[in-house]
Amino acid sequence: MAFKTEHFMLNVGPQHPSTHGVFRMRFTLDGEVIVDLEPIFGYLHRGIEKLAEDRTYTQNIPFTDRLDYLASMTSNQAYCMAVEKLAGITVPERAEYIRVIMSELQRIASHLAGIGFFLQDLGAFMTPLLYMFREREKIVDLFDMVCGQRLNYNYLRFGGLSQDIPPEFIPALKKLVNALPGFIDEYDRLISENEVFLVRTKGVGILSREMAISSAAAGPVLRGSDVNWDIRKSNPYSVYDRFEFDIPVAKTGDSFDRYWVRLQEMRQSVRIIEQAIEQLPEGDVQAKVSRLLKPPAGDAYVSIEGPKGEIGFYLVSDGSVKPYRWRVRPPCFINLTTLRDIIIGWKVADAMVIFGSIDIVLGEVDR
Amino acid sequence: MFPFERYGKGIAKGMAVTFKHFGRKWITTQYPEQKLNMSRRIRGTDIIWVRETCIACQACARACPVGAIEMQVSRGEDKKLKVDFMSIDFSLCIFCGLCIEPCPPGNAIYMSHNYERTTYRCTDISAGHEDITPSDKRCNELIVVGDDLEMAEGKRKSAYGRPDEYEKLPRQTLLLEQIQYLDDMRKKWG
Ligand code: SF4
Ligand code: SF4
Repeated sequence: MAFKTEHFMLNVGPQHPSTHGVFRMRFTLDGEVIVDLEPIFGYLHRGIEKLAEDRTYTQNIPFTDRLDYLASMTSNQAYCMAVEKLAGITVPERAEYIRVIMSELQRIASHLAGIGFFLQDLGAFMTPLLYMFREREKIVDLFDMVCGQRLNYNYLRFGGLSQDIPPEFIPALKKLVNALPGFIDEYDRLISENEVFLVRTKGVGILSREMAISSAAAGPVLRGSDVNWDIRKSNPYSVYDRFEFDIPVAKTGDSFDRYWVRLQEMRQSVRIIEQAIEQLPEGDVQAKVSRLLKPPAGDAYVSIEGPKGEIGFYLVSDGSVKPYRWRVRPPCFINLTTLRDIIIGWKVADAMVIFGSIDIVLGEVDR
Repeated sequence: MFPFERYGKGIAKGMAVTFKHFGRKWITTQYPEQKLNMSRRIRGTDIIWVRETCIACQACARACPVGAIEMQVSRGEDKKLKVDFMSIDFSLCIFCGLCIEPCPPGNAIYMSHNYERTTYRCTDISAGHEDITPSDKRCNELIVVGDDLEMAEGKRKSAYGRPDEYEKLPRQTLLLEQIQYLDDMRKKWG
């Protein structure tokens, strides 16, 4: 005879060490099994899209930094590319190459933070996170060298970059690129075969191929579910068509696969950077663009492959100095919409693993 | 099912990595005793404004995305624009550096190379200001008005957007320079 039991409500967050910021989840539990999940967000809502409508195009670049603060360079790039499309600006070659180097470094840095926090959520408290942050620190040092800050870089400008890379940047970058594959191997040895890690992630939180596509997920979440889709390959922007690299795709779509895709993507990013250093041309880094940009009336949408997925900007201009509409396509937010479907049926202890494997940044979810 | 099908081989492999790092040289720095050199382009915690070279065009104030710069200008007797009042509200400033870039003379406004705004004791801040509480003083420190913004002792200009300053600043210390331990480990452990 089955016991008649009542469902139990469990609130997690908004302030919880594993919710990566201020995200709140309301679980409905049947014993230990999750039967429903209500994600609640908006605690970090700053109204950036509305604020942006009241500022000039250039003044909005710092706001894109504050969306996904672990991947500011790619947000910068997506926004600058959208404005460049709107205003018809061409970017000098050297600037394109430097942008590629920056966004690939950013991809590595973001995945390192993503994997580190994922392992922290698994209960491997602090040690793996500090391994990851050791390398992230080296990358952040380089960003600091070119743009003066370790977060919120604000480095890209319409038609190029705010300033050229300093002379000691390329030697330091070469040294880093030589050392990085060794570090990635080290993580591989440290984590990928660890039995506890495998038991907790293999087959946990499976996102099926169909659901991944129909929910418009992107980035490692999508590629972990056996979908070969990467904007760098399928719709090459900037100078990505000049590099050789592979798109790692995993088959099952479980938490382990999402981790695995991130790890492999870092190796590919190192490959891209190596080629970009070799091909880096000399020349200007900034096209002639008027300080107070007035793009012609119209609209433009540009999306690029950010570390967490497809980050896009939709801009509507009415011909004045301020955008009429400034809309972000936030990859973390859209990846997060799959959470409810993949978490139902798992135990509470697995919830944080699945949540961590999606790798979100609340700054971008809430905007 | 016994979960450790391979009897913990992977864990042993991971532990081997940990043990290799065991006993190697530290790579962390014991701040405040040891300090690193910051990037030469650091967007530091002050903005240095030079009254003598400023042509009062207000381009910096217009560039600021948060409206932190307040500037009042007037025409003097010789019909030249001069700045009557300039203040930067550092509780609004997001240190984006956009005010540095449009300055036409290029030597009137700088980010500073300074990054420390802390003292050891709360009371250190209010030394010599008996009438205000430490927290008041903290706010006052952040809002630097007018001529106080000029170069004070020990404040260096950052090379952010100012390539001329670049060579004058010390070389940035990178964590990357400390990866010697990798080679050492490789020698020791193969
Ligand atoms: S650094 Fe940015 S926020 Fe601060 S005063 Fe300059 S423009 Fe304004
Ligand atoms: S942009 Fe330069 S010259 Fe113009 S008001 Fe500001 S500091 Fe002075």
